Amino acid sequence: MTYTQIAVLAAGLAVLLDVILRTRLVTRRVFWVSYAIIVFFQLISNGLLTGSGVVQYDGDVIIGSSSPETGRPAFVGDGRLAYAPVEDLLFGFAMILWSQTLWVYWGRRGVDREPHSGPPRWSRRRVAAVSDEPGRP
Amino acid sequence: MIYLWVLAGIFVASAWLEVVVRTRVFRRWRRLLLTLAGTLPPLLLWDWYAIRAGHWHFHDLTGVMLGVVPLEELLFFVVVPIAGILSLEAVRAVRGWPTGDELR
Repeated sequence: MTYTQIAVLAAGLAVLLDVILRTRLVTRRVFWVSYAIIVFFQLISNGLLTGSGVVQYDGDVIIGSSSPETGRPAFVGDGRLAYAPVEDLLFGFAMILWSQTLWVYWGRRGVDREPHSGPPRWSRRRVAAVSDEPGRP
Repeated sequence: MIYLWVLAGIFVASAWLEVVVRTRVFRRWRRLLLTLAGTLPPLLLWDWYAIRAGHWHFHDLTGVMLGVVPLEELLFFVVVPIAGILSLEAVRAVRGWPTGDELR
């Protein structure tokens, strides 16, 4: 199988896992916002790895052509985005959705459901909650 | 060595959320380990196949290998899912949106 085929398959399997385990992350705002943040950083870190030639790809298994032996591949175009094959977007989507799905699944099963995340240090929610308790000023 | 620096960058760029946004991902380490146990095997299998089939190859690594899989790749498959979970819990901590593991 080519990288293109496996990447499509992996993204499909990740969505399938999300459906089977009834975590339904793909229907939730919290998933898409956190994924948008991840994609931004993926383009930076992936661009560093592929633009520097640390990771090189065989043109027979991707939409674009092979990574050049010396120099950088296309920044955008020739099946690439930020030097990396566009297939990496599906790879990243699959890896993030798969791991987040399992994280939510285990939490729902009761494994370390708590302590919950937050509130952020800049928030006053915790302070307000404490002062609302009876017997506390 | 660039790969190790990128990995360190990903870790630092995400791990601060644990302290500042109180994501409590590392504190819930049992849940994190179970998640990684279900994430690592398919990723390593994919990477093993892709390297064997010549889909991708590497330059300028430490040279430490686990079979045909470089150490850097293993670390990548640990650091990136953790960053994804930190991102999820950070967004939830800030916005309070339902995520699917709430008590019903």
